[in-house]
Amino acid sequence: MPANQAALPIDILEQRSHRDARHERLFRWLLKGCALIVLASLLGAAGATLWGGREAFSAFGWHFLVSSAWDPGNDVYGAVVPVYGTIATSLIALLIAVPISFGIAVYLSEVAPAWLRTPVASAIELLAGIPSIIYGMWGLFVFAPFFANHIKPWLTNNLGNKPDDGKLSWAAEHVPFVGKLFGSDYPFGASILVAGIVLAVMIIPFISSVMREVFQTVPTRLKESAYALGSSTWEVSWDIVLPYTRSAVIGGIFLGLGRALGETMAVTFVLGNAMHLSASLLDPGASIASTIANQFSEATGLQKSSLMALAFLLFVVTFVVLLIARLMLRQLARKEGR
Amino acid sequence: MSSPYLRRRITNALAMVMSTLATLVGLAFLAWILWETLRQGISALDLKLFTKITAYGESGGLANAMVGSLIINFIGIAIATPIGVLAGTWLAEYADRTRLGESIRFLNDILLSAPSIVMGLFVYTIIVLPTTVLTHGSTTFSGFAGGVALALIALPVIVRTTDEMLRLVPSTLREAALSLGVPQWKLTLQILIRAARSGIITGVLLALARISGETAPLLFTAFGNNYMAINPIEKMSSLPQIIYQYANDPGDAMHALAWAGAFVITMFVLLLSLASRLILSRTKVSHD
Repeated sequence: MPANQAALPIDILEQRSHRDARHERLFRWLLKGCALIVLASLLGAAGATLWGGREAFSAFGWHFLVSSAWDPGNDVYGAVVPVYGTIATSLIALLIAVPISFGIAVYLSEVAPAWLRTPVASAIELLAGIPSIIYGMWGLFVFAPFFANHIKPWLTNNLGNKPDDGKLSWAAEHVPFVGKLFGSDYPFGASILVAGIVLAVMIIPFISSVMREVFQTVPTRLKESAYALGSSTWEVSWDIVLPYTRSAVIGGIFLGLGRALGETMAVTFVLGNAMHLSASLLDPGASIASTIANQFSEATGLQKSSLMALAFLLFVVTFVVLLIARLMLRQLARKEGR
Repeated sequence: MSSPYLRRRITNALAMVMSTLATLVGLAFLAWILWETLRQGISALDLKLFTKITAYGESGGLANAMVGSLIINFIGIAIATPIGVLAGTWLAEYADRTRLGESIRFLNDILLSAPSIVMGLFVYTIIVLPTTVLTHGSTTFSGFAGGVALALIALPVIVRTTDEMLRLVPSTLREAALSLGVPQWKLTLQILIRAARSGIITGVLLALARISGETAPLLFTAFGNNYMAINPIEKMSSLPQIIYQYANDPGDAMHALAWAGAFVITMFVLLLSLASRLILSRTKVSHD
């Protein structure tokens, strides 16, 4: 029958379009489900640590945040020592890494001859690819002994309040806090300052590559106008490039801060893991991540819960820092019209 | 020469010297770290590293840790690659400029630098604790849990590169296929992902480089094992975990083994990043 034959292709077409629509729906749901896993892992990490830390939070309440006790013998725990260690090491790392990263970014975008830029930039990025445990080992076996033999004696004698010969230096006597910050009886290298320096080496490539990238987004005509008016290279970098990219530069710094706060291995090796508070940067300390790495496998009950609570604090703080970083970085992308 | 002009020139010269110095400092640290790893690692290299297991201690090798690392990394990549590629595809092809898509892209960037130790604790809570309860303690820590923890770290890297690489595919390709009546799922799977293939592979290699040095998330998931373990439901050791353990040991022979492990990992990671760079540069040439 010719009429039937004519209807057949239309039937097939209709079937096919139904099938395609069904596949399309399935495919869409599959993709969306995978994307939602990203969301779920963030929420899950926050939820799991909060749930794990519930006993500590309910046992100590707000006191957990202001207590410097960490006493497994009496089962009393507080967050102050590891929180102080985390913040102190990260701030030292930023103090060292930000100016160096800015120098590297200026060098690579304004100073270096063109043929040198790519190899130097790749070498610095190589530094970012080295696993953090290698930084930790280098810090433990190479840098901490070097620091203890060559840098620390100078610091304690010339700045600290406990010099070997007993004679206080001018800085230790007259500048507030300096004596306490650099005084130490403890003979080893592992300390908050060394951990901060190792962290700084680790985050320099992150911050400098973000800075270099955003410096390249500055329109050439802006820089050329400034050069044409007689600006020096430094004036162009400081007065034209930096103000134009300010938000992204701050974003890059916060990205580095986020890395530094959550870093475990590089810090654990060189921090000394002492659970008591000391004013000196040359004394050992503990960070949130190092405390968890050291104690979690052997902890039980309230101690385990307190470690989970610490992890929750760390996660929330790094989340906020990284959130600010990304928002700042996005502002520049907007300006570019991306 | 007038004095303000001189001052500006001096400031400029000073700043240029400082920025060059900063670069030299960065490069010096890189050289220092690589040099120590090479020196100490090569002097500790020995055939027994690859043939003996860690149970022999000082006279042993790292064979079980290397096998464990390979298995755990493989599990991590095997889980993260399909999920990451599909999620990245959704972001680039289906959810570009939608509110949910933008938020997930944004949160993925945050997950990229989230503290890995917290990810380890998360996997400890969702896998290690339940398996302990369900098997009445016969299975606790496992290589599989370690793999999942690494997958969570690899995932955002793969999502991001897939997303970026797909957005680089020219839209004429999409329009041509759609105008021929190809359904979108077929277009995505058979044309777009294929066009962005080398970029996606680069992302997977970068993710592998990132996770093969991760230590913190493995401490409470794969835990460690001094004997050879092949079955992923057993406790499993890994190179970074053994390095961590041996470096904290007071014995010098253990330190030498740790350096050898560090050398192996560093070489592996550097080769991976070199390979991914080569793949990426080759595709750039072919697109021009």
